[in-house]
Amino acid sequence: MDRRDSLKSMFLGSLGTGLMLSGCTTDIAPPDPQIAKAADNYFGRTPEELKLIEELNEDQFFNTHEMETLETLCALILPANENYGSATDAGVPAFIEFIVKDMPYYQTPIRGGLMWLDHTANTKFNAEFKETPEGNQKIILDSIAYPNPDKPGWEQPLEIQFFTTMRNLTMTGYYTSKMGLEDLGYKGNQPNIWDGVPEEVLQKHGVSYDPEWIKKCINQDERGVIAEWDEDGNLLT
Amino acid sequence: MQIKESSKMYDVIIVGSGAGGGMATKVLADAGLKIAVVEAGPYFDPAAPEQRTQLKWPYESPRRGASNRRPFGDFDSAYGGWDIEGEPYTQKDDTRFDWFRSRMLGGRTNHWGRISLRFGERDFKHKSYDGHGDDWPIGYEDVKPYYDKVDKLIGVFGSKENFENEPNGFFLPPPKPRLHELFYIKGARKSNIPVIPSRMSMLTKKINDDRGICFYCGQCSRACSVYADFSSGTCLIFPAQKNGGQIDLFTNAMVREVTTNTEGKATGVSYINKEDRKEYKLKGRVVVLAASACSSARILLNSKSEQHPNGLGNSSDHVGKYLHDSTGASRSAFIPELMNRDTYNEDGVGGMHVYTPWWGDNKKLNFPRGYHIEVWGGLGMPSYGFGFNPNDLNRFFNQKVGGYGNSLRSDIKKYYGSTIGMAGRGESIAMKDNYCEIDPTTVDAFGIPVLRFNYKWSEYEVNQAKHMNDTFEEIVHNMGGTLLQDAPSKESNYGLENPGRIIHEVGTTRMGNDPATSVVNKFQQLHDVDNVFIVDAGPFVSQADKNPTWTILALSWRASDYIIEQLKQQNI
Repeated sequence: MDRRDSLKSMFLGSLGTGLMLSGCTTDIAPPDPQIAKAADNYFGRTPEELKLIEELNEDQFFNTHEMETLETLCALILPANENYGSATDAGVPAFIEFIVKDMPYYQTPIRGGLMWLDHTANTKFNAEFKETPEGNQKIILDSIAYPNPDKPGWEQPLEIQFFTTMRNLTMTGYYTSKMGLEDLGYKGNQPNIWDGVPEEVLQKHGVSYDPEWIKKCINQDERGVIAEWDEDGNLLT
Repeated sequence: MQIKESSKMYDVIIVGSGAGGGMATKVLADAGLKIAVVEAGPYFDPAAPEQRTQLKWPYESPRRGASNRRPFGDFDSAYGGWDIEGEPYTQKDDTRFDWFRSRMLGGRTNHWGRISLRFGERDFKHKSYDGHGDDWPIGYEDVKPYYDKVDKLIGVFGSKENFENEPNGFFLPPPKPRLHELFYIKGARKSNIPVIPSRMSMLTKKINDDRGICFYCGQCSRACSVYADFSSGTCLIFPAQKNGGQIDLFTNAMVREVTTNTEGKATGVSYINKEDRKEYKLKGRVVVLAASACSSARILLNSKSEQHPNGLGNSSDHVGKYLHDSTGASRSAFIPELMNRDTYNEDGVGGMHVYTPWWGDNKKLNFPRGYHIEVWGGLGMPSYGFGFNPNDLNRFFNQKVGGYGNSLRSDIKKYYGSTIGMAGRGESIAMKDNYCEIDPTTVDAFGIPVLRFNYKWSEYEVNQAKHMNDTFEEIVHNMGGTLLQDAPSKESNYGLENPGRIIHEVGTTRMGNDPATSVVNKFQQLHDVDNVFIVDAGPFVSQADKNPTWTILALSWRASDYIIEQLKQQNI
């Protein structure tokens, strides 16, 4: 099979598996399980992108002590509550391990920041940060968790910048995890039919739909009917 | 090694598979012609499981969708960006032109915003209104039948508004506004700034049995796996193939030049196969360039021969000239009345459900052309960056910023969905002094000389950007909100983005009746060579404050009809 033929058959193959929605059905036909399994790892990566991720995953940046310190720190920044686990439970330390390899400018500030934590804990409490009791850990964090609001970020002392970075990565890691998305109450990323803001929400925020505007909008009961127009562009169906 | 030449003779070779190339492929293949489509990137089908990013969760990307690898984030469908390894471009003097390229079947139509606006009567004849630039050699009445056909073939939602210079079309009904869009409508109307339903190419209603209907995931930038939004591959090239079209698709094939014979007529193209890095030739009766305004100009300028010493189609020395992009400036704001939201699925279609068309009277303003306003906000899906500075907005209430612990959870929920953004997209004046040219000192990884850009905004664009910022401030004030950034200074051109940044670059092979001042005629045929056509945005004489895609599609269809006619009459 020459290159062109293989492209043609690739085309035909993909049309065959094309996922089509019809009518009001919102279920997506399950693709070939073998391909779907591989696709889970791809999330649509090109071969080059996939290779880069594999290479990054082969390296380990943080040593065991640093990983354990991250676990302690992330769980202090966002601890468990009655409904959800901590940022550490949501896998944030592993996310940070990947991010510092993917965005190397984080490496020195975070590695050095973790050493700053240990140095400070050793000086004040004669123990490394992760070993000292939570009360002591919080005494240290209280000194670095509140940046001076009148100064830009880059002018803040290094330990405050470090903590801001850790809080940012912890929060973003948590709220992009399965647990965090559920905690947030994010309801999207699934097939559905948008038919406007719920009435009680409109009332809560003191707004309403203009009936003239709504008249122009899609009647979702007719979304599956093929569109036809008169010659002036008035929709007939 | 010799250049490998295919023995097959094509009726038409189409270079590029984006909006212009896809439409030419569809129309010409449907007419029974033998077509070669030559695309610089790989095959792409958003329905293919290994290429699909739609409906993936942020945690499926180890970088949680961050934009450090793909410029618009890990889930965006564009393969390419502003900087592509092995494909440099250079800048003249202090020019900062940013050139976005998507190397893939369907090109930039896979990730674009789907904002599908017709040019109006005034947009084709702007010189007659304000004395700037040039009129097109065609008018709205020439393009209208094709806009109508594009609306019906591809599908666009919108509403008949009878709004000046914003023509009606054959619209599907629009989706209802989201909560923050209702606030925007209220805020804008208070200042008599109009807001109307968006006009975008997603199927809110069925148009045929081949394409799915929008299921409101808000992810059009990821390209739709049920083909419910417009991408060139899914809506033009695949259907043309399915319809039995004789189409050979060459992917990963970077066109170097158009080949010509001793009479100066085009004989085909030569390209580099990225896989084996060898040069190949294809033969065709007609060559259609649709590689994007700047890429097509580059191919022409690199197609030098004894008959065309200044590059193909460049006897006028106009190839590359009159390059222009949309202007852009944006601001965001915090709206306290949008705090403490109940959550519900507010994804909607990808992008805005409402927008502001240009409403001003330029005769009373210090800039001659208009802009439209795009709006964003809402309960979007978190990705990398969400949760940074989680309680920064506390500063508006004189509360402490920073800290740690479970109070951060309530801060996140309190502010989720309470910010809104506005972006102006305006028309710049096409100027001969803004151009791209071949940089004879620099080569790309395929041995092809690269483009060098020379571009300066004029005070018209800067004044327009100031007006955008003033407007945003007024609307935000009306919404009871607070701007999140200080007003940009005069020194920063009032936040005016670098040219190229809005990815609407057009004008490099402009159309005209006079071969001395234009590159193609009104059917987008080179003045110099009658069997070469250009169907991307290169032929645009001026750009309007409209996104160019719908006009590229209409004009490509029109040019393709002309090619069929000319082939029938054996004129080419």
